[in-house]
Amino acid sequence: MFIWTLGVALAFNEMLGPDGQVRAPYAGVAKWLESVNVEQLDRRRAEAELFYRRGGITFAVYGDAQGEERIIPFDIIPRVLAGSEWKLLAKGLEQRVKTLNLYLADIYSKQESLKAGIVPEELVWQNPAFRPEMTGVTVPKDIYVHIAGVDVVRIDANDFYVLEDNARTPSGVSYMLGGREICYRLMADLYGAHKVAPIEHYPDDLIATLSSVAPQSAGESPNVVILTPGQFNSAYYEHSFLADKMGIELVEGRDLFIRDDQVYMRTTEGAKRVDVIYRRIDDDFLDPLVFRPDSMLGVPGLFNAYAKGNVALANAIGTGAADDKAIYAHMPDLVKFFLGEEPILKNVPTWCCRKADDLAYVLEHLAELVVKEVHGSGGYGMLVGPQADKAQIAKFRELLKANPANYIAQPTLSLSSCPSFVEQGVAPRHVDLRPFVLTGGNGVKIVPGGLTRVALREGSLVVNSSQGGGTKDTWVIDL
Amino acid sequence: MLSRTADNLFWLSRYVERADYLARIIEATNRLAMLLAAGDGSSEWTSALVTAGCYDAFVAAHGAPTAETAMEYLALSEDNPSSIRRCLETARFNARAVRTALTVEMWETINGAWLELPKMDRSSFAGGRMSRFTDWVKDIALRIDGSGHRTMLRNDAYWFTRLGFYVERADNTARILDVKYHILLPEVSSVGGGLDYSQWAAILRSVNALTAYRWVYREGLRPWLIADLLILNQELPRSLASCYANIVTHLDSLSNAYGRQGKSQRFARTVQTALQNATIERVFQTGLHEFLTRFISDNARVGGAITEQYLA
Amino acid sequence: MRIKVEHRTTYLYDEPPTSIVQILRLTPRNHEGLQVRNWRIVLDHDAHLAPGEDAFGNTIHTLTLNRALDDLTVSVEGEVETLDTGGVLTGAAERFPPGLYLRDTPLTHADDAIKTFAKGVAGKREVLDSLHALMGALHDGMAVDEDAPATDAARAFAAKTVGGRDLTHVFIAAARSLAIPARFVSGYMLREDQVQQKSGHAWAEAHVPGLGWVGFDAANALSPTEAHIRVAMGLDYLGAAPVRGSRNGGAAEHLQVSLTVGQARRQQQN
Repeated sequence: MFIWTLGVALAFNEMLGPDGQVRAPYAGVAKWLESVNVEQLDRRRAEAELFYRRGGITFAVYGDAQGEERIIPFDIIPRVLAGSEWKLLAKGLEQRVKTLNLYLADIYSKQESLKAGIVPEELVWQNPAFRPEMTGVTVPKDIYVHIAGVDVVRIDANDFYVLEDNARTPSGVSYMLGGREICYRLMADLYGAHKVAPIEHYPDDLIATLSSVAPQSAGESPNVVILTPGQFNSAYYEHSFLADKMGIELVEGRDLFIRDDQVYMRTTEGAKRVDVIYRRIDDDFLDPLVFRPDSMLGVPGLFNAYAKGNVALANAIGTGAADDKAIYAHMPDLVKFFLGEEPILKNVPTWCCRKADDLAYVLEHLAELVVKEVHGSGGYGMLVGPQADKAQIAKFRELLKANPANYIAQPTLSLSSCPSFVEQGVAPRHVDLRPFVLTGGNGVKIVPGGLTRVALREGSLVVNSSQGGGTKDTWVIDL
Repeated sequence: MLSRTADNLFWLSRYVERADYLARIIEATNRLAMLLAAGDGSSEWTSALVTAGCYDAFVAAHGAPTAETAMEYLALSEDNPSSIRRCLETARFNARAVRTALTVEMWETINGAWLELPKMDRSSFAGGRMSRFTDWVKDIALRIDGSGHRTMLRNDAYWFTRLGFYVERADNTARILDVKYHILLPEVSSVGGGLDYSQWAAILRSVNALTAYRWVYREGLRPWLIADLLILNQELPRSLASCYANIVTHLDSLSNAYGRQGKSQRFARTVQTALQNATIERVFQTGLHEFLTRFISDNARVGGAITEQYLA
Repeated sequence: MRIKVEHRTTYLYDEPPTSIVQILRLTPRNHEGLQVRNWRIVLDHDAHLAPGEDAFGNTIHTLTLNRALDDLTVSVEGEVETLDTGGVLTGAAERFPPGLYLRDTPLTHADDAIKTFAKGVAGKREVLDSLHALMGALHDGMAVDEDAPATDAARAFAAKTVGGRDLTHVFIAAARSLAIPARFVSGYMLREDQVQQKSGHAWAEAHVPGLGWVGFDAANALSPTEAHIRVAMGLDYLGAAPVRGSRNGGAAEHLQVSLTVGQARRQQQN
């Protein structure tokens, strides 16, 4: 999710650069753009849309009429990153995700980062995403976040900022892979002219990562499944897509049951043991005997089986304690504390409104800042100061005063733009990037690039798919 | 495979088969009702609604059937849980739940049909365009059936899909015979006017067997031969005997693959043996209606056994 | 004081479920005010009953059954020796610092009405006084009716007539709104006049600087005495619930509970 205030004209343009010269990674794209006309682009855009529609590559929008399925607009002009840019970014991502895992292992066991005062205690104890039940539970190889989606923006040629660490059940990887498939089919001329680093092996990396944390008792070929809330979930397409690509079962809670603290799935041949669950269900719904008692999506008894080490969950339970916006502010300190390294990726300066000084500053500068809920997501429940009217600002002033700990504030940054095909033709639009970082027993794996999200509407601030954003293929090329 | 996946595949086929059957019923009834221009054809539509198992619900909502109201109810109604529209919607729902178990071709066919569905309304079959609508439905069924046949691996997923088709098909054929059994009885056939002839032809048309009849019997329509064809003829794909030959084969494939037999295999074999040993004379002697009633309940029992053994 | 507990719960099923999983928090642990003499859980059918401990230090048993049954009876039989500690809890298993017990939960969420009430009652009092004042005000202002439907703190506070469980939730919500850590305790209570009882007992514990965890039984307007048998503790009822269960298949379930809490005979004490 992102915000800008300077307008697209003043933002860092990834194709043209500050001097108006085509930057090296975009040489091919720029040349190609000169050779195609709007009709050709429009035809390809329509073909891409048809590809999504026919394939049922859709998402459901919460709050819409039941059953409505939308496609995410796909912008056919790829975003290009140079190999050298990517290398630095990847190093920063690995550092960031390592820290997330170390931090989670710490707060659920020795709590040294709390004792050392790096993170204020109440940010853990009173964090709704912290799960006391996980304290003392040993997770395989001390890995909590097997799949992370770290949202990154760039503001100039050299600086990448982390916007959000998504350590719960980040989605979007199917759109990353789907976008590449479309480029391969519809953009063969341009694609063929570049040496694009491949991403097709993501499902192989994912299954290897998941298998690497299986319990010892699982033996040579662990049974890995994806647990989905079902086909009304907004990311259901992705769940089925990944199951298909990995060749594993897509299960719902009712397909699983527990016997003697062991997880089984119901099959046409009887009960079959389950060793690793890639769950795409929130913590709250996993086990009605431990979390929300009214959950119909989970598996009664799952937590016990997990705590006893008879099944692995990816991601672990309680990872949300590491990715909320209040912890975010402490991430640079945590990198130094756990790794003894300087953070490679930058953090957007963040005011934690639970601190009196910060709150006072934020209340003074509401019109310049972006205010977000600590646990909000998807671009909802936020104030974009420079775009808000007086009534909205007044409303947030009251909200902040009533419950300051629920909010953080950040300055508005000018995020970079890429050429995009929109109704008016080809124009720069703001983008962010969500690379997917896998952590398993064999280390960290990141396929080059990630999901680029683009704010297709002119003047739009938010790139979330649920709020009118689109996606682009992301190419990492060696120059 | 997951029991739920098998369950979804089984019902996906059943709903597709049912949509196809409804399209044929509508077509045959429409033709018959037009022949009976003297009357209003309402008794034909009554009989169509009874065959589809939704007469009572229809009357409660719409009163006495007319061609228009009955057709709309059978084809497009949102309120009728077994209208063609709802069948295709449910089929797509089942397909989406198990899309990884389907081939791309099957998924695209069923999803494509579902995308077309919102465009269908009363105007889709107003005037003389009914057959265009029913052709569309039949074409979808054909493509799903065909793409499954051409693209699916021959494993349990395929067998459960096939079982769904045949269990539903056997039920449909038995039901249409049962609703029309009175016009197949010997005392009626001795009257045998042109009207009866059209009725007989309509039955055959609704199971896509008019041409087949001529090839098999090489004589004019005789009610007991029609019953013989639809119940006992092994060669006719929609006959009860043929459905059961297929059900038994696919259940055997499952038991071979899983190395275990159960209730469903035993029940299905019993039904098949009974069909193999029957003659049409004996069927009429014991009563066509009684025979069909028992078959429908036996067939439901086989469906129940499949569910219990594999799908629950 | 030596107290004997017999607590039998029978589940009757209209249609047998195909499987049952329950997490039982029915076994007390020792602390200074309570020593377990003997205690056991008895089932009337063969089932898997795995002992364990939850993150809060409660003893739990996980019951799993994977075959159809028409009925199931879970019985608890035991004897404990209790001491009056003036309501102060010492020597209990503590897994988290008091700060954790300021967490908000859906059942203990303080709405504006509870916050205003708590602030009004506490005034400028010290923590311990505030808590006693809260307990008194709730005891006087709310009617306890064990047949009142289970709900959450905010609704219970508005309803004014509540079960002991939700009275405890209101107390916890009010205490936490004053930044006093508080938690839910489930257990039993010896009542001189009532050996046969309908259900177990619930009260709250709040953390007082200098003293530690102190019990507050708002239903009886007193701090726990030697009549209280502390069994399990959590952030709210769900964390301390004697039974959390789930079943697969089957139809409606009917419950029959028989509970006797009585003083054990004197000669057994020797």
